[in-house]
Amino acid sequence: MASCLRRYGRRLSVSICEKRELSTACEGKVIQQQQQQQQQQTAKLLNLCSAINQALHLALETDPRSYVFGEDVSFGGVFRCTTGLTERFGKNRVFNTPLCEQGIVGFGIGLAAMGNRAIAEIQFADYIYPAFDQIVNEAAKFRYRSGNQYDCGGLTIRAPYGAVGHGGHYHSQSPEAFFCHVPGIKVVIPRSPQQAKGLLLSCIRDPNPVVFFEPKWLYRLAVEEVPEHDYMLPLSEAEVIREGSDITLVGWGAQLSIMEQACTDAEKDGISCELIDLKTLIPWDKETVETSVRKTGRLLISHEAPVTGGFGAEISASIVERCFLRLEAPVARVCGLDTPFPLVFEPFYMPTKNKILDAIKSTVNY
Amino acid sequence: MALANFSSSSRSNLLKPLAPVLSFAETLRRPISTSTDPLIIETSVPFTFHNCEPPSRSVETNPQELISFFRGMATMRRMEIAADSLYKAKLIRGFCHLYDGQEAVAVGMEAAITKKDCIITAYRDHCTFLGRGGTLLEVFAELMGRQAGCSRGKGGSMHFYKKEAGFYGGHGIVGAQVPLGCGLAFAQKYSKDETVTFALYGDGAANQGQLFEALNISALWDLPVILVCENNHYGMGTAEWRAAKNPAYYKRGDYVPGLKVDGMDALAVKQACKFAKEHVLRKGPIILEMDTYRYHGHSMSDPGSTYRTRDEISGVRQERDPVERIRKVILAHDLATEKELKDFEKEIRKEVDQAIAQAKESPMPEPYELFTNVHVKGLGTEAFGADRKEVRAVLP
Repeated sequence: MASCLRRYGRRLSVSICEKRELSTACEGKVIQQQQQQQQQQTAKLLNLCSAINQALHLALETDPRSYVFGEDVSFGGVFRCTTGLTERFGKNRVFNTPLCEQGIVGFGIGLAAMGNRAIAEIQFADYIYPAFDQIVNEAAKFRYRSGNQYDCGGLTIRAPYGAVGHGGHYHSQSPEAFFCHVPGIKVVIPRSPQQAKGLLLSCIRDPNPVVFFEPKWLYRLAVEEVPEHDYMLPLSEAEVIREGSDITLVGWGAQLSIMEQACTDAEKDGISCELIDLKTLIPWDKETVETSVRKTGRLLISHEAPVTGGFGAEISASIVERCFLRLEAPVARVCGLDTPFPLVFEPFYMPTKNKILDAIKSTVNY
Repeated sequence: MALANFSSSSRSNLLKPLAPVLSFAETLRRPISTSTDPLIIETSVPFTFHNCEPPSRSVETNPQELISFFRGMATMRRMEIAADSLYKAKLIRGFCHLYDGQEAVAVGMEAAITKKDCIITAYRDHCTFLGRGGTLLEVFAELMGRQAGCSRGKGGSMHFYKKEAGFYGGHGIVGAQVPLGCGLAFAQKYSKDETVTFALYGDGAANQGQLFEALNISALWDLPVILVCENNHYGMGTAEWRAAKNPAYYKRGDYVPGLKVDGMDALAVKQACKFAKEHVLRKGPIILEMDTYRYHGHSMSDPGSTYRTRDEISGVRQERDPVERIRKVILAHDLATEKELKDFEKEIRKEVDQAIAQAKESPMPEPYELFTNVHVKGLGTEAFGADRKEVRAVLP
């Protein structure tokens, strides 16, 4: 059943995955709610920031010991993802912090260590680096080094990431690769509003610290039918969003929409592409990708971050390990260039549809 | 730059009693004073101090300097307003943080130091760059991302630099420039050339941990660094009292002395910077808090009126505007007439328009510039164009 859901993930998923460990604080409530709402599942057209807003409302509603904080979140945040939270839940649960990322995350770890759900916002992923030490050295290793006495599982760090067309050096970075190298945390990236709401709720309720990157380009641009009730999507399960037989494409976040365009174009040339949304970057779903590559024999990975040392490298190495004899062509990576994220050169830097299409063709015709 | 004919100071003294006679004055072409005779002017408010003896309220200046203050600030003001229109016309894209209202800090600081001293600031750097000797063409070209810009179009609004004039930028990440500034001072101490570094930051950045780390090291090692907090009272949209437990930023150095200065008074800024420079060369770091104000919002995407009232903005503009203050001083001491000052402004307007026109002609950087200056010797990584077979570049 789980694999069935994976393939048809777009339909409303109401299941509670037995594999996934829900934290006890709201398990009962979620089951209850879902039973109540079995009959009426209304959905509304929402964009990404509204979907995230809804998820935050639900998270704060269902757990009285959850808190949202960060720079400027009180009035709604610079992207309006936190609108209405202060008005509804009060200044003691939704509050602004001064301009100190290291402080925000450290503070969040402490809150989480006392059994609360701390949902910290870093205003742009480009600013997450002062907090890098806290995330890597404190959050990721807390449970491990205390022999499970303490943990900061209640910590979720949300940050908008990715190119937006005019962001320049410090409003466009994709730092997911740095965090994927750290055992002890999870990295999750949604591709659309409906996914974002479910994934964010899962992240908040997951008993591990999670870094949740939101593609800022899609905040207003992506609009989808999002169910109004409380639902969670499983972590560490990739989703095949387009079936195909000639080549497997793997991506996450905003890049998927570009990849989908490339797939449609490749279809016109008779190449059938299978597109997988990884969703959770660590721990990532190797089985789904492996199954797909065993079917097609070719793999292409695409992400905005620079190609050297990007997460595509990990996927490539793991798949080659597992599927070496099955592969018909080298694993292709269509990623950002190895330069700082440029200012006027953004269109040259980005892994565009044409670059992906070109790589698909040369991989298929290897 | 051609200006009206000057004459010597003695003539201006002679002409003083005749000034009100308009026609006579016009035929005689009453000169704008370029005298360097000292003039003592009091700062608007006394200095507030922490752990040190404050400098005197009486600032020594001269007519030439005051006129140059006026010209400098009027140019900066005009430049920022032009940048505003260019942004709205979508010729400038990305981010644009404007400095209008805060010009006195840039201009006053320059008057107290040399080009060998270093200045490093955050992203609100257009006017500081101009003060350091940058040209209007370089500013507008960089804002529009053209080759004629000071960073060759690769930096943009937040990354202006001028090596020859000791201007170290231009930094996007809040607070990151302060430890860098202390590092510059560290190098200056080694070179023993009696130069100092001014590390500027804002009231929002004042809560960054790295600032206190840098301060501790600077005080420990007696570095000639002056930390200047340009307190415009709002960190983006957050008022200072909501972000800082102690908004008296000049006191936050604790063991490091501090001085609070009226940042809208160019003369007070000059006095404080002169004092600070002498202080740090002997006694280690000092914090200057410039009490200033920005009329625009945090950046061009911020209207600037959701977290403060329009009355507050217009109130400051009426009472404390730095350009108006210098204009009043000049007129009060009869160093130029109102008309002459207006002529300056017209001239500046023309200069700015010319610079914009010139900047618009400048081309965008070449595509290969995407790969230059990443490393000194290349990465050797391959990058592909749209057609993998034909276009294949190795990063230089």
